[in-house]
Amino acid sequence: MANQWYPLASVEETAVGRVHRTRLFGEPIAYAKDTAGTLTAWRCTGSQQPGSDPSTALPVIARYGYIWATIGTPDGDIFPIPEYGEADRRNVAAGTIGVQVSAQRAVENFLDMGHFPFVHTGILGQEPHTEVKEYNVAVSQDGREILATECLFYQPMASTVSTSGADVEYTYRVPHPTCSVLYKSSPLDEKRLDVIAIFCQPTGHETLRGHMMLSILDDVNTDDFIRNFQLHIFGQDKPILENQFPKRLPLEPRAETPIRADKTSIVYRRWLSQHGVTYGVIPASEQVNTP
Amino acid sequence: MIRLFDFDLSGNCYKVRLLLAFLGLEYEKTNIDYYPGRQHRTDAFLRINPLGQLPVIEDGDYRLRDAQAILVYLAHKYDHGGNWYPTDNPDLIGEISQWLAFADQLTTTASAARLESAMFFELDGDAARAGAHKLFRILDAHLWFREDAGADWICSADEPTIADIACFPYVALSEEGGVSREDYPAIRRWLDRVKRIPGFCVMPGVFPAGPAV
Ligand SMILES: N[C@@H](CCC(=O)N[C@@H](CS)C(=O)NCC(=O)O)C(=O)O
Ligand SMILES: [Fe+2]
Repeated sequence: MANQWYPLASVEETAVGRVHRTRLFGEPIAYAKDTAGTLTAWRCTGSQQPGSDPSTALPVIARYGYIWATIGTPDGDIFPIPEYGEADRRNVAAGTIGVQVSAQRAVENFLDMGHFPFVHTGILGQEPHTEVKEYNVAVSQDGREILATECLFYQPMASTVSTSGADVEYTYRVPHPTCSVLYKSSPLDEKRLDVIAIFCQPTGHETLRGHMMLSILDDVNTDDFIRNFQLHIFGQDKPILENQFPKRLPLEPRAETPIRADKTSIVYRRWLSQHGVTYGVIPASEQVNTP
Repeated sequence: MIRLFDFDLSGNCYKVRLLLAFLGLEYEKTNIDYYPGRQHRTDAFLRINPLGQLPVIEDGDYRLRDAQAILVYLAHKYDHGGNWYPTDNPDLIGEISQWLAFADQLTTTASAARLESAMFFELDGDAARAGAHKLFRILDAHLWFREDAGADWICSADEPTIADIACFPYVALSEEGGVSREDYPAIRRWLDRVKRIPGFCVMPGVFPAGPAV
């Protein structure tokens, strides 16, 4: 897990020439953007000036509107989102929200359509349309990515440009232990998909910063309207997430009721186990067996 | 038509949306991207409110800032039944004003704690949480005595007043700032009563009342 890239902040919202502080895996990290737009990140060991102590410098890159850094040695670039490069898309860094729960809990909630009618009532779901229909989940051949396809759900207001309710088809990717990307039918063009991603920065075992990114087809709304739509939705998820118990994601297969641990979630938990993830989770072996 | 300069995740704006909903008034919203866009600090918004704060309303040519002031104005002008802000009793007017000021103190404590933990504002979160607990203890004791006297609402009236509206948002959102309501049972019961007032609306982070008991 340490050898992955993690998001720290939106490039655009990062004020120039100031030292910003945050955490990654509990460790204090600082980052900065200079007048030329050059990004730096480093471990906080007392030195305050960007780049003043090269021994604390961390690798840093900008992708999808966010600053990403790592405390390890990644074996490549961040996972691809090819749609991001399409000229007619609106790419919006929708904002960063702090949540007091593990990053994997937030990813698991992002993958779960079952909560839409109850938590995002009137927008992403509406009673009595509560049924999650049968869908497919698979892990890619190289084991790098989880893919859930043909997830169908009725949504009253699927996107910022929706004018009526519709059955919407979702595809979910989990290409990173704390990031997920979803694709959903665009109300504007039936042949194309809107992209919404959540990039979670594990600040501690039981805390995260959730960075949201949209790459959508919307030729009418302003960026701040799009941001606001996404913040409204994430604001509804936040208290649900913060009331989860335990705050770390249990990886033991039978740890939670089958309703919560639906198909994608079971695959996600197993995939985390197989990748040896121990941060922000309760590893299967550590769980006490209750009779 | 009334216009509200609004930010969806703002508890102070929610106070105004709540009263407008209880009164069944139609209005238009202008979204000010307070976070992450910090639009309340732009020149354009500072011309609307030099304090750079939300909410602000416009009602025709009349413009007003400050959530509490807006509640007073809207209730006085549009609540023809007169229960939200009764003006025939000096004692009650005094009491309502006292709790409106208390609501503003919730902004500097419970709300500040939430801004620090959810939106990373550079504030002293621990001081804000300590301040919020101090206010919650006062409110909880007050509500306990009110219940003991057979009363449901913050002020000495049979019906809820704008004081209940003004105090509601940042108490209801407190857990987002790490301020637990575990030790305040009278507050929890009062939150539930507010949620059952006909016309009540939610915002992200606030849930509707559960099934009636
Ligand atoms: N006393 C004011 C306080 C309003 C307030 O603090 N609003 C926040 C948003 S919820 C704000 O705009 N803060 C910006 C600032 O104070 O600089 C009221 O009750 O309306
Ligand atoms: Fe959600």
